[in-house]
Amino acid sequence: MNAPPAAPLLDASQVSVAFGGLKAVDDASLALRAGVLGALIGPNGAGKTTFFAAVSGFVRPQSGRVLFDGTDVTGWPAERIARAGMARTFQIVQPFAAQTVRENIAVGAHLHEPRRAAALAAAERVAARVGLAQQLDKRASDLTVAGRKRLELARALATRPRLLLLDEVLAGLNPQEVAQMIPVIRGIRDSGVTVLMIEHVMQAVMNLADEVWVLAQGRLIAHGTPAEVTRDARVVEAYLGHGAAARLQRAA
Amino acid sequence: MRADLLSIAAFALAVAAVPLLTASGVVLTFLMMTLYAALLAAAWNVLGGYGGQFSFGHALFFGTGAYVQAIAQLQGGLNPWLALVLACASAGAVGVFVGALSFRYGLKGSYFALVTLAFAEVFRIVALSVPFTGAGVGLMLPLAPGAANFQFADRAGFVWTMLGFVVAALLVTSWLRHSRFGAQLQAVRDNEDAARAVGVSPLRVKLGAIALSSVPTGAAGAFYLQVFQYIDPAIAYGPAVSVEALVAAIVGGLGTLWGPVLGAALLHALAEATRNLFGSLPGLNMVIYGSVLVLVVMFAPRGVFGAGESLRDAWRRR
Repeated sequence: MNAPPAAPLLDASQVSVAFGGLKAVDDASLALRAGVLGALIGPNGAGKTTFFAAVSGFVRPQSGRVLFDGTDVTGWPAERIARAGMARTFQIVQPFAAQTVRENIAVGAHLHEPRRAAALAAAERVAARVGLAQQLDKRASDLTVAGRKRLELARALATRPRLLLLDEVLAGLNPQEVAQMIPVIRGIRDSGVTVLMIEHVMQAVMNLADEVWVLAQGRLIAHGTPAEVTRDARVVEAYLGHGAAARLQRAA
Repeated sequence: MRADLLSIAAFALAVAAVPLLTASGVVLTFLMMTLYAALLAAAWNVLGGYGGQFSFGHALFFGTGAYVQAIAQLQGGLNPWLALVLACASAGAVGVFVGALSFRYGLKGSYFALVTLAFAEVFRIVALSVPFTGAGVGLMLPLAPGAANFQFADRAGFVWTMLGFVVAALLVTSWLRHSRFGAQLQAVRDNEDAARAVGVSPLRVKLGAIALSSVPTGAAGAFYLQVFQYIDPAIAYGPAVSVEALVAAIVGGLGTLWGPVLGAALLHALAEATRNLFGSLPGLNMVIYGSVLVLVVMFAPRGVFGAGESLRDAWRRR
């Protein structure tokens, strides 16, 4: 007996965001099933971060609709979407700089935990998961780039989300740090959290993602497994320029 | 939390003992006015220090507290202690109203400061022109000494009452440092977008903070009226109170438990010392406040308390 196909956890359809005359996101549709680790890739300026902002309530889309677990959350303020179970990290890290790592993560834990002591204890457990256990009492402003990326991840994770949007948590890390983070992200997916990540580090995308969407100039141009997408001629052209796919073909 | 409560208890006991040890009017008046400034500063610190919203118009809440305290007694015939409840509630209501207007539309930084300043001025002009505030003449409270009337024959009663208010404000501050609401408030202060991303509503926590800040400021206004038995629009809504509250908090140390008390004590000691040296030149205390504020912002941006912490850390690391 086949179970009916589950409704997607995140269902964004025909989302458009314009800044003045510039269409940053143009009619993009993306449906992510629960339990899947999806990746959103594309050249710089393709509109990936803006798409995240529209989905998570930081930017109001001009048109289109965002369903989260069947609920229409289009136009909800960001904090309400976060309370509904969708957490995000920021590409440009946004720590509470004057506070310690423990206090930073505890703010996330407080979403479901009113007691201070319990939130601080939860913060310690989350810190251990992302490899920040040694730095709990450091100020966020004293962390390295890699540390701040982990902190972004930890704070979002502490809200116990059902959907986690990761905006380039691997950017700016050296290869060794990337290699350390990949199992952390896989562990999050394996613990039952659905993940959608924006990523430039292709090694990580190939390693982690079940499904990949490609955004170029605001439009979704491809969708499939990592292997399918990297073979797609339109994707190659989006990254390397017009005619690149044909030239590569001839060279091969 | 425990350390906070112990230090507050020690402070309360030490200050409460002073009127038992001396009957000197000079000492007790100095103590009373320092406690009064500490209450203003501690109240301002809740919104400015922990919430990061700098108000230039706390006179708005102070004046509202003072006028409601006066009018409730003079026209409503209320007992002063009951009037105090009404005064605090009115100050809180004005705070939430101004906060809702400003924060709803995302006013921050200098814009918020200007809006609070403008509101205080509007209230001052209204108080100058309507009859029930006594207009420019002001309101006078008849002398009726007795603890039941919130009027004390000697300074000791006022010192103890004021100490109670200050301790309450310190307890609120301590709660902010060890509670979910406080953590969310400081998160919004440090990074509003990051706070929203973890489900914190900036509007809700800022409204909570302005309520927690305006209520004790209203109490300070009511206290002022009970001590001096007179209020007029310039005292109630003029800029002096707003400046005193923010300078003491910034000089002492923003977002610290003891900063406002320390700042109030330092400024009052300084004002007292210069008064003895130069006689009572009008406005001299304002010149001093301004100079001290400039020096602190330049050389100790975290205030005297923050500078002390930095020194202690440097000593430990040595």
